Amino acid sequence: MYKLSACSSMPCGISLPPKIVLGSLRVHKQGNGRCTNVPRNVNLEKLQNNYLFPEISKRELQHMEKYPNAKVISLGIGDTTEPIPEQISLSMANYAHALSTAEGYRGYGAEQGNQALRKAIAETFYKGVAIKDTEVFVSDGSQCDISRLQLLLGSKVTIAVQDPSFPAYIDSSVIIGQAGDFQDKTGRYQNIEYMQLGPQNNFFPDLTITPRTDIIFFCSPNNPTGHAATRKQLQQLVEFARDNGSIIIFDSAYATYISDDSPKSIFEIPGAKEVAIEISSFSKFAGFTGVRLGWTVVPEELLFSGGFPVIHDFNRIVCTCFNGASNIAQAGGLACLSPEGFQAIRAVIDYYKENARILVDTFASLGLEVYGGVNAPYVWVHFPGSKSWNVFAEILEKTHIITVPGSGFGPGGAEYIRISAFGRREHIIEASWRLEKLFSKGKSPLLTV
Amino acid sequence: MSLMNNLSTSMISSSSSAFLAPVSFNSSRTQSVTVSLKSINIVKCVATPQEQQTAAYKTNVSRNANIAKLQAGYLFPEVARRRVAHLVKYPNAQVISLGIGDTTEPIPDVITSAMAKRSHGLSTLEGYSGYGAEQGEKALRAALASTFYGNLGIEEDDIFVSDGAKCDISRLQVVFGSNVTMAVQDPSYPAYVDSSVIMGQTGQFQKDVEKYANIEYMRCTPENGFFPDLSTVARTDIIFFCSPNNPTGAAATRDQLTRLVQFAKDNGSIIVYDSAYALYISDDKPRSIFEIPGAKEVAIETASFSKYAGFTGVRLGWTVVPKQLLFSDGFPVAKDFNRIVCTCFNGASNISQAGGLACLSPEGLEAMQEVIGFYKENTKIIVETFNSLGFKVYGGQNAPYVWVHFPGRSSWDVFSEILEKTHIVTTPGSGFGPGGEGFIRVSAFGHRENVLEACRRFKQLYN
Repeated sequence: MYKLSACSSMPCGISLPPKIVLGSLRVHKQGNGRCTNVPRNVNLEKLQNNYLFPEISKRELQHMEKYPNAKVISLGIGDTTEPIPEQISLSMANYAHALSTAEGYRGYGAEQGNQALRKAIAETFYKGVAIKDTEVFVSDGSQCDISRLQLLLGSKVTIAVQDPSFPAYIDSSVIIGQAGDFQDKTGRYQNIEYMQLGPQNNFFPDLTITPRTDIIFFCSPNNPTGHAATRKQLQQLVEFARDNGSIIIFDSAYATYISDDSPKSIFEIPGAKEVAIEISSFSKFAGFTGVRLGWTVVPEELLFSGGFPVIHDFNRIVCTCFNGASNIAQAGGLACLSPEGFQAIRAVIDYYKENARILVDTFASLGLEVYGGVNAPYVWVHFPGSKSWNVFAEILEKTHIITVPGSGFGPGGAEYIRISAFGRREHIIEASWRLEKLFSKGKSPLLTV
Repeated sequence: MSLMNNLSTSMISSSSSAFLAPVSFNSSRTQSVTVSLKSINIVKCVATPQEQQTAAYKTNVSRNANIAKLQAGYLFPEVARRRVAHLVKYPNAQVISLGIGDTTEPIPDVITSAMAKRSHGLSTLEGYSGYGAEQGEKALRAALASTFYGNLGIEEDDIFVSDGAKCDISRLQVVFGSNVTMAVQDPSYPAYVDSSVIMGQTGQFQKDVEKYANIEYMRCTPENGFFPDLSTVARTDIIFFCSPNNPTGAAATRDQLTRLVQFAKDNGSIIVYDSAYALYISDDKPRSIFEIPGAKEVAIETASFSKYAGFTGVRLGWTVVPKQLLFSDGFPVAKDFNRIVCTCFNGASNISQAGGLACLSPEGLEAMQEVIGFYKENTKIIVETFNSLGFKVYGGQNAPYVWVHFPGRSSWDVFSEILEKTHIVTTPGSGFGPGGEGFIRVSAFGHRENVLEACRRFKQLYN
């Protein structure tokens, strides 16, 4: 487990050896007037490291300092690289200009989002599954929505996550106080149910051995494994949730990358409206990673145990802890969902999917176990018997390519590396070439065969 | 379908925001407003929805007890609801909104051009940017530091850019957690109290005193110059302090803030200082808590572009967490705030940030001051009106809010009377806390002609 070196300044009169994890330190204020008397949030103390992706960034920077002339290729953080289609950025530019006019100026918007956009989202993504615009809440992105959902649910619920999974589910759970302590031995936080995913179970958890939790986070297509759950699997999941009275939080951020007929929304499954919330995002769909736009669907049918509608409380959170997504971003979102806009975006998605295909081919041709890359812009490569941070470091050192070590997504990712397919085509091709050099003919000690 | 038309009709939300404006109409032109009755349905925040006793499937997940503590009859949904009901009753009324503090004047060109430019840039290879730093773009952080904290020793990396103060308040609550106590001014902006309840820091609402248990309410009245008597205030971990104040408009003096900082120091407390209206100050009152020596060790400051640049819809703000601010175990608060920002947030919109940077250029600053000046002139007109009518009027000097006293009267009754008789929406003071009872808040955001017309109507009503 990678440990973050402690911040080196401890002005309360204590000096630390640099490698101590601050979370384990208890400093007693000995009348030194420079500390407040406000206790640190114990939940934040439980967090083991930095959030995963800033840590990857940090390693990238360190590497660039070490090799200032290296052409580093970032296939780590899933950051989109291709320009946004013109008609979409034009609509945002026009909206911005209009804010300088009396007719076009807008102040506060509804916290739930612009009505036309809510409608467009309902009609575009939930056609045929009867989700209403009033059940759609526009946001500034899934990472924020996940935390708002945690605020909604509070500290007394239990959660299950896929293992491996997007780290924000676990981290936000720890922060809000749902989790117990981290156990070094297992690499897991107590009180969180980790549903193992692997080739052995087709990347779908064995629900017959999964204990009940209040909440089940489920991302499909999955980050990081790339697996899209089948209709049958999702039916099982919905049934499992129904039997247990649980709520599924379904993350469909990568739905538009699906190549086959895997469901794009949990609401394609009958009965899901009574057991599920769905979150999604314009980030990977439209290159809006910096523009910031997403949405959450809370069906009216979803009720707490006493019969209270979840949507009512979520609305309260949205109104109290948020103030709406940027109106300019929302204007862009609306343009994305026009027929022309959607078509232009499809072309960009296809570009990334072609990247993914190239990467999958590369690893497959090297005889490595490769997963994902078909229904998601992530390729999940297995290095049996290895430690993912070591593989990460080796790849970085020898090929100047940033990836993400699988254990950053949970102990289930321990022997895997995630490679993101977001990048300029020439970089993807260059990266493939470098990886071929590294792994071919068994040159790398990482290959155990 | 016209983008602008669509964006002009929005659902009336059950907001607890101090600033929500139902955007059904936002100009001085009278429009017959089509209020979708369907959109009213979702606004059920007032009455707690009946728990469904039917055969409807229920999950086995308990409702968050903290959210259950929140009072259904919250201020802004109720204001919005009454406004809607009024419009239904008088469909041809020319309603003037001086309730929710929503900006109305267009954003200066220099700022929107920068945002348009950034948008266009996103369609080019050189100009495209994906994820930005969660803490904000470097240039903007640097500009904020030099513009607002130039000689106060606050550095670029002490500043965290956000999508607004309201969101920052909740993120700060997430940092602090449920095991801290807090104090608020009474009256004050409702998000401090509500976010505290949601976080689990409070007890139940006590109807007889209209306060949540476990929150320290620091009464601010004309008698104490709208600054709490700190000698009667119990120690809490966190002290929310807004100056210039929403809703009273009072700006604390240097001396008062010095006492506040000393109070925090003595008690080992952390001040969360809301400076969203600082640029409305007309005299020499401090604009930042960090003007007070020692504040860096006891205070966080939150601020916003909303009321400076009309960015209420664009969404941009910032929070300053000095490196010197430490928890009781010596751990820097900024590190935990950074962790929250990285995990629970993903940065303010890059386009909004481009706008923010333009706001802080010399031309942008000048343009912002003009718009602020416009609203300040509105405020002056409103103050003069109520003064001339013989009311006791507070605020309006250093903030875009006028706090009018109606002694012995229920603020909701006054609100209703004004709405009924003049078709003007205001905000009843009791919505900001029990200390607001007997007061009405009149916001100065509006087109000049609306403000003038409103004042004419006030004069008619109260003469």
